[in-house]
Amino acid sequence: MINIRDMTVTYGGNPIFTNLSIQFEPGKITGIIGPNGAGKSTMIKAMLGLISKQTGEVTLDDKPVTKQLKRVAYVEQRAALDLSFPINVFDTVMTGTYPNLGLFRVPGAKENEAVTKALSDVKLSEFTKRQIGALSGGQLQRVFVARAIVQNADVIILDEPFVGIDMKSEVEIIAILKRWQAAGKTIIVVHHDLNKVTTYFDNLVIIKRGIAAAGPTADVFTKENIANAFSGDLSTILFADKESENA
Amino acid sequence: MHSIELFIDGLMKYNFLQTALITSILVGIMSGIIGSFIILRGMSLMGDAISHAVLPGVAVAYMLGINLLVGASIFGILAALLIGVVTMKSKLKNDTAIGIVFSAFFALGFILISLAESATNLHHILFGNVLAVSDSDLVTTAVVLAIILLFVVIFYKELLITSFDNTFAKAYGLKTQVLHYALMLMLTLVTVTALQTVGIILIVAMLITPAATAFLLTNRLSHMMVLAATFSVISSVIGLYFSFTFNWASGPAIVLTAAMFFLVTFIFSPKQGIIFKQKEN
Repeated sequence: MINIRDMTVTYGGNPIFTNLSIQFEPGKITGIIGPNGAGKSTMIKAMLGLISKQTGEVTLDDKPVTKQLKRVAYVEQRAALDLSFPINVFDTVMTGTYPNLGLFRVPGAKENEAVTKALSDVKLSEFTKRQIGALSGGQLQRVFVARAIVQNADVIILDEPFVGIDMKSEVEIIAILKRWQAAGKTIIVVHHDLNKVTTYFDNLVIIKRGIAAAGPTADVFTKENIANAFSGDLSTILFADKESENA
Repeated sequence: MHSIELFIDGLMKYNFLQTALITSILVGIMSGIIGSFIILRGMSLMGDAISHAVLPGVAVAYMLGINLLVGASIFGILAALLIGVVTMKSKLKNDTAIGIVFSAFFALGFILISLAESATNLHHILFGNVLAVSDSDLVTTAVVLAIILLFVVIFYKELLITSFDNTFAKAYGLKTQVLHYALMLMLTLVTVTALQTVGIILIVAMLITPAATAFLLTNRLSHMMVLAATFSVISSVIGLYFSFTFNWASGPAIVLTAAMFFLVTFIFSPKQGIIFKQKEN
């Protein structure tokens, strides 16, 4: 269980959100949605100590999360990386073993096996030797999901994993998320596409400079909540089908 | 080809030329290796800055009669810290912070060197004079190379991941700042030894030119480091030959050789060379 209590983050003196509190449950896939600039990525980064927070504490099973970061796998938005780096697919996934190896230990046979298995899980076995810059967006995202598999963490956080990727990759990644869920891991996905919210997520959190709504997806993903967080027009279009179905 | 015979003949006969050759090779290896990380981390300007910023350390070490490495390391790390502080505590961009700090350090070093003029030759510090390297300098160089190799072997994983994906490294709790400053310390050690062969002003070329040449040729970090060290060593030896034969300053001779290797690779590299790129288009 991840527990965020009273977290406040400011940027240049202006609060992004104030006294934000939320829990993430194990065995559930939780989606985080909200308009651009709502503070979704900021919340994730502050939670992991990647940016500083003014107040609040974040615990994983009642101990500070920053003291047990190896239990968390974080898949960042892809845009930030240097894709010309001299590294191939296999070695990129191998970096997922570093947290558990710690200093001074080098990857061995066991780690090689884990990487090979993870690459087969995300259907990238034939690309192991390819330089990462020569992959499509979807393949690249699957490489980072494979790295998260290898990390063998209890909590997996993905920031906008489905942006700009092909349908096949999205399906493969969802299959991995379901497998993690069945294994009782805590999965948090920052998401932008409101269409698939009900099929992908058990729980949903709507963020708009704080928690606008949170709970089981069926309770949270309502016309009213979406209208409040995004816009009335969007909400009307999004829920038009459902209303016609009901009628 | 008579001059090459003379060079080899000289190598057999003269102790100073043997020392120069070994120093060139050792410095070539370490600058290729550290240089690979410098360019992959987008820190070429930082490499230039730290190498200039050790000048006051060199001057102070001469004045106090202490080991050059100690003086240079203190000022190198001090410069890296100051650059970090100015970047973090102001809204100035990193390259501006680097420019301010290193030019100030270099200016201070220049004045200190002229105050301490006695035994030092500013021209040699600035442009290198590998033919004047003493046997005790050679020992220091060998020790530095051993430190660099140990550092890179022990922290290879951590250097790779912080260069490639620093956010990932931070997210699993790696002390990325500590590693950054450790790398800066290694950079100052390389600088002090490379100062003998190419001089302060051109050290940046030894760090980035062979590494950039290697980058154009391979897709693996380990191969890149080996290739960079190889280009660097070959350039150093050829440069030494020119320096000995034509009485040129060793620094410019070595750096121009390294640049020629880069130029040829830039044009013909199968991976990224401009000729092959054009064919693809």
